Amino acid sequence: MGDDRVLRVIARLLIPFILLFALYVQFHGDYGPGGGFQAGVIFAAGIILYALTYGVEPAMRLVPRRLLAPLAALGVLLYGGVGVATMVLGGKFLDYSVLAHDPLHGQHYGILLIELGVGITVAAVMLLIFFAFMSREG
Amino acid sequence: MATALAVVRLRSLFAVVMLAGIYSLVTAGIFLTLDAVDVAFTEAAVGAGIATMLMLGTLALTGHKQTPPRHSPVLPLMVVTITGVVLLWGTHDMPRFGDPDAPIHRHVAPRYIEESPTEIGLPNMVTSVLASYRGFDTLGEVVVVFTAGVGVLSLLGFRRRRPPRQDSESSKEESDG
Repeated sequence: MGDDRVLRVIARLLIPFILLFALYVQFHGDYGPGGGFQAGVIFAAGIILYALTYGVEPAMRLVPRRLLAPLAALGVLLYGGVGVATMVLGGKFLDYSVLAHDPLHGQHYGILLIELGVGITVAAVMLLIFFAFMSREG
Repeated sequence: MATALAVVRLRSLFAVVMLAGIYSLVTAGIFLTLDAVDVAFTEAAVGAGIATMLMLGTLALTGHKQTPPRHSPVLPLMVVTITGVVLLWGTHDMPRFGDPDAPIHRHVAPRYIEESPTEIGLPNMVTSVLASYRGFDTLGEVVVVFTAGVGVLSLLGFRRRRPPRQDSESSKEESDG
């Protein structure tokens, strides 16, 4: 939006770390604080910061909005798909223990996958809403 | 508290949005001191970050000034006061903060704390509860987020993208004004 050079340089420095931190929160959520929701929101916030400093058009080129709606659906489907997979493998819905030979590993894989689904959906929906607002501006 | 009062008093919506963001950040700090790091994360990112941005986007679509209310504030104030008193009165029966004998600490929490390391095997118990024990709830939450996205899209939709040159002109006008 603005042409402030200081803002742009600082944002350019910060954004890679914000996105990296989002990925860290996503995949390290099993061990430290965080998880899919937080990671998705932080990721979306990084992209939004880019849109604020460099303009909405470049941000929309970076993350094509045609991709966002399918991604939002993909996250929900991934989550539900894990549930269906556990049912196919003979467990209850979302009972991850059957995903691997060792129930603990099964739980681990299941949680990793559904958190990924949560993260994808949350990030995509946040960006969708933001772009929907911004595309009407002016 | 002071921020909340200022939010109520101010007429400039831009300042209100900024103060609401600060309020969220302070709340995140409170969650952090209560050792609820996961919640603090979410509050800081959603409340202070994205919600503020969406509010600003809404302001850009509407106006920056609140129109003065036409009705008298007595009735709304009474309703709010009565509700507040009833809520405070309701907390009277609740167990003291951090009381180990409180019902919430005796129901399923001990099982989560004792069994989740052997059942789920994750160091972060919040993730175990959220994603495994309460997996169905979390699925519902994700569907809620998805539905919110679908709802906003169907209400606002995407306007056809204007050519970039025109867009940079309009943004320049905004920064001038």
